[in-house]
Amino acid sequence: MSGLAINDVTKQFGDFKAVDSLDLSVPHGTFVCLLGPSGCGKTTLLRMIAGLEEPTSGSIVIDGQDITGVPTHQRNFGMVFQSLALFPHLSVGDNVSYALRIRGTPREEQRRRADELLKLVHLPGFADRPVAKLSGGQRQRVAIARALALSPRLFLLDEPMSALDAKLRESMQVELRQLQQRLGITTIVVTHDQREAMTMADLVVVMGQGRIRQAASPIEIYRKPADAFVADFIGSTNLLEIATDSAGRAMVQGAAIPGLAPPNGAAKASISIRPEDVRIAAAGAGTLDGTVTFVRDLGATIETYVDVGGPTIVAVTTPRERVDAKAGDRVGVVLPAESCVVVKS
Amino acid sequence: MRREAPKSLADYAPLVFPGLMLIVFFVVPFSTMIAVSFFQRDPAGFYTVAFTLDNYGRFISLFFGRVLGFSLMLSVLVAICCVAIAFPFTYLLTKQSRKVQTVWLVVLLSVLSLSEVIIGFAWSTLFSRTAGITNLFVWLGLMNEPVALLPSFGAVLTGMVYQALPYTVLVLYPALVRLDPTLLEAARTLGSSPVRAFFNVVVPALRNTVVATVIMVFVFALGSYLLPQILGRPQHWTLSVLITDQAIYQSNMPFAAAMAVFLVLISLALVGLTLFAGRKENAL
Repeated sequence: MSGLAINDVTKQFGDFKAVDSLDLSVPHGTFVCLLGPSGCGKTTLLRMIAGLEEPTSGSIVIDGQDITGVPTHQRNFGMVFQSLALFPHLSVGDNVSYALRIRGTPREEQRRRADELLKLVHLPGFADRPVAKLSGGQRQRVAIARALALSPRLFLLDEPMSALDAKLRESMQVELRQLQQRLGITTIVVTHDQREAMTMADLVVVMGQGRIRQAASPIEIYRKPADAFVADFIGSTNLLEIATDSAGRAMVQGAAIPGLAPPNGAAKASISIRPEDVRIAAAGAGTLDGTVTFVRDLGATIETYVDVGGPTIVAVTTPRERVDAKAGDRVGVVLPAESCVVVKS
Repeated sequence: MRREAPKSLADYAPLVFPGLMLIVFFVVPFSTMIAVSFFQRDPAGFYTVAFTLDNYGRFISLFFGRVLGFSLMLSVLVAICCVAIAFPFTYLLTKQSRKVQTVWLVVLLSVLSLSEVIIGFAWSTLFSRTAGITNLFVWLGLMNEPVALLPSFGAVLTGMVYQALPYTVLVLYPALVRLDPTLLEAARTLGSSPVRAFFNVVVPALRNTVVATVIMVFVFALGSYLLPQILGRPQHWTLSVLITDQAIYQSNMPFAAAMAVFLVLISLALVGLTLFAGRKENAL
């Protein structure tokens, strides 16, 4: 098979299983985001792919070749580190062409390739500058160019944007995605930022406690989260406990949601509904009644917090569909059945 | 944090104590020494106040030139050996667990508590024919009969490296601990084997630290005057030994002072040259 396959990989640090019998297959040319809270094992997984950590068990296969025991420097994977790890004693050009120098490529060829790569990351003419004189975004680009110098089989990035400010991060995400598509290179990015994952990825892998909770396209993850953990981690959501009453109807906070299939089985379940799917109506006209506790008017969107006798439901509306609710008002909350996803809690 | 230049006289108060100590214990004795180096020796007593260049004139001879050359060569060699041993050692030490690091650092610090005399006599025992390490080699079947390894140049070098090594490790340790470990990992992902990455990433990234450490050990070794006497032959005696000899046994203070001043000037010149060369290289 062309691409990367991770077969039943486990990594144990003492008693702690950082990665727990994980399986994942990544087709060639795919942009994958490993997403999860800190300590979920995503960085450990990336480091195992890079060969910087050895799996306790399992195998890692690329294009049909088992590379589990191959040392890092023979893998030809490009990697961008969280700290970027630019060599402080080398110029920008020498940083970029380091991999070529190690291979004994002629000096002019190194120079030519460095110029080409720097042009690719929009830093033409920077080759002779010292690394210390670059801005955060420029250092980021140099790290990317350096990792791509040998046209690697796999491009790995460990929280590459974490040092950048919010605005720059957004534009770098777009740039990185465009670069990946132009080169058609299989790319794996570790991130804890779900916006970053949604922007760039073909395949989002949500991890928690060393396991894959869900691996799917960004929109599927957002619309059909596999469980409460994924729903809560990707974007913001309203998680409400759901019960089945004697008549077999799905009940939330004592109110039936018409048209929603009740969860099967006795296991505890919740519904996840995105704030933008919740509608505010007049008191008595919605699924549930509640009291507005806070209105956050952000200009582009308005978030209304409604206390429905226990949990607080957040509704996001645009100014065009403005609801004139103030804190303290009694309102109705509409939870459309088609927007509710039943998830295991 | 922005540093503000001291404005009032009171802002300089913290400098009074160190300044005073520096004047009392460095400027005054050193100036005295410079003054004495121009005085006339009085064979009957100590010295008489005069102004003569004889002391410096006497120094300019083949014999003293050779001793000076040997002293500088020995110190450079000690500095290079120390850094060559201590750098990889300290690097590997920083990769160990905290507990292991603490144990090693405590052991190294305890070596610092040994005086030069004890180190000298310990090594002279270890290098002796009757009780030395060659007996161990004989017992292991590596040698036919025990031999004395001293007095010799190797013995002097070993003793001095042993003495300076803990300082070297302690100076390198903070810089190596702070070194970003991902630098080495980055080099490995770029196709460099770990050993190669150590030499073309870790070492150059810490070049300034290495140069500073070499200079420190060099200056430290230059002042050593007991080990060459205990472990070496007279031709292995350094200028510091001769200075001690002149000052204490020959009671020729002016000449000893002249040699000391000369030694300080030469070492300062060498250190300055090293720093100058380093700056020039950095600018390129």
